[in-house]
Amino acid sequence: MKLSRSEVVHVANLARLDLSEVEVELFTEQLGLILEHATDIGALDLDGVEPTARPVPQENVMRQDEVRPGLDRRDVLSSAPAVESNRFLVPRIIGEEP
Amino acid sequence: MSVDRNSFETVIGLEVHCELLTATKLFCGCPNVFGEEPNTNICPVCLGLPGSLPVLNSQAVELAMRIGLALNCEIRPSSFHRKNYFYPDQAKDYQISQYDEPINSNGFLELPDGSRVGVTRAHLEEDTGKTTHVGGGGRVHSAERSLVDYNRSGVPLVEIVSEPDIRSGAQARAYVSELRSILVATRASDGKMEEGSMRVDANVSVRPLGATEFGTRCEVKNLNSLRSLTRAIDYEAARQIELINNGEEVQQETRHWDEDSGSTSSMRSKEEAYDYRYFPEPDLVRLAPDDAWIASVRESLGPLPARRRAKLVSLLGGSPSGPEMDQVLATVELDLDFLVIEAAKAGAPAALALARASNEVASNLDALRSLDPAAFSTTVQMESRGDLSSTQAKAVIAELMSTGRTDPVAVARDKGFEAMSGELIAQEVAKAVSEAPQEWKRYLSGEEKLSQFFIGKVMKATRGKANGKDVVAELRRLSASEGE
Repeated sequence: MKLSRSEVVHVANLARLDLSEVEVELFTEQLGLILEHATDIGALDLDGVEPTARPVPQENVMRQDEVRPGLDRRDVLSSAPAVESNRFLVPRIIGEEP
Repeated sequence: MSVDRNSFETVIGLEVHCELLTATKLFCGCPNVFGEEPNTNICPVCLGLPGSLPVLNSQAVELAMRIGLALNCEIRPSSFHRKNYFYPDQAKDYQISQYDEPINSNGFLELPDGSRVGVTRAHLEEDTGKTTHVGGGGRVHSAERSLVDYNRSGVPLVEIVSEPDIRSGAQARAYVSELRSILVATRASDGKMEEGSMRVDANVSVRPLGATEFGTRCEVKNLNSLRSLTRAIDYEAARQIELINNGEEVQQETRHWDEDSGSTSSMRSKEEAYDYRYFPEPDLVRLAPDDAWIASVRESLGPLPARRRAKLVSLLGGSPSGPEMDQVLATVELDLDFLVIEAAKAGAPAALALARASNEVASNLDALRSLDPAAFSTTVQMESRGDLSSTQAKAVIAELMSTGRTDPVAVARDKGFEAMSGELIAQEVAKAVSEAPQEWKRYLSGEEKLSQFFIGKVMKATRGKANGKDVVAELRRLSASEGE
């Protein structure tokens, strides 16, 4: 499977990566090779094989609804780049609300 | 906007997010509470610190299944995905949600008017942190900077997605009201729109009457009350119809409802449509509740609002008036029907108990815990016997709720609410009549509505102690004796 240049630009934009022209060329090539490798699976007969998202056949791992101590606000905020009114201060948001 | 709206049909689907009433968050042990000091309920998991791992809260699953079963959904094995986006309300830069395999699917909700709205799915996901935009009027685009509180980040949510089966703002309102009743009745969520524990987004489109294809839809956000829900839908439908009538096209986009201006405005255009790159959450395993668990949740559901309303209606004798039906709806929605049922069991008239529950008790819900149901029931009986006027009964209920006292007879005595004897009432009525000869003449000549005037006068003179019914009876007796 060949990856197009515009697909790489799109994915880089989604990941907020600022790629140079040279990098776009390089990653189009490299990511293309990785996808090509994955397409080998397409050669196999997988009819009747359930899709697998996880290698462990485990289900229903849960915890009780019990409060556990968290982190101290002072400690957490002291490692934040900027703080205002006990909240994390982030620069002006340029993107869109999700 | 004046457009020909009658040749169009509005098509609405609703997405309702509700916060679950768990003690802790969905994937960590931080408390799930509203209104705390910012960033006091946070830990490595909900801050997305490297190396932290989520573990699913079993109570959140239980509550999600309650919602699903109450909405007639199928409960199926499900899984979690990461929804990726860059926005500081999630420290991880993704939200854990359910994507192609939701826990609940294919249900429906029946509204009080008998109409049925399909429920596509009701899935589990985590809430985001709270962002506050500083400067520029508090909107994200114009703000100078934003502040983030992660207390809400990771709070368990169920998102309930309806089919596009709703046809008007009024029906959307009925759907959300009924849904809220169900959430409260199943103790899954507190359903408080004003605190944001229940949030509604509306997908609105219009199409010519008789058309089978759907029109292009817009998603309307920021609907913080039932009132804004209906207003926003009506506005948005009219806006789209006007576009079409002017030969323009509706753009698929997300629009922001502004309560003050009563209008919607574009939030983001189609070109910027989000690509969330969902992929399976590698840190969580599949969720597959077994039949025994599902059965026990089904058993714990208790009667749903529709059946509880039917119970009240039967206590009222089966054919309630319009205002009584409104009281029935409100009483069940506010979870107060047990008061009416208990009072009726003790022999109080159901209609009076319903009126007091849906007005006096409902207007003071914060003090509900202090109200002893037996004391409520006794107060209603005292009023129905005429031992208390309605003004006095209301005051006694207020006192019971504010103090937690359980002895309405003593409360009435302490307030000086002695029942007025027939003799005293007769004196007061005679006084009122002699003070207003003109009105009395008109009453005698058949102006029945003037009885309200005399009730008011007597009430004022007795500071609410007189019973309105007794006053009317005395007026009738007087007028009959004058006619002789």
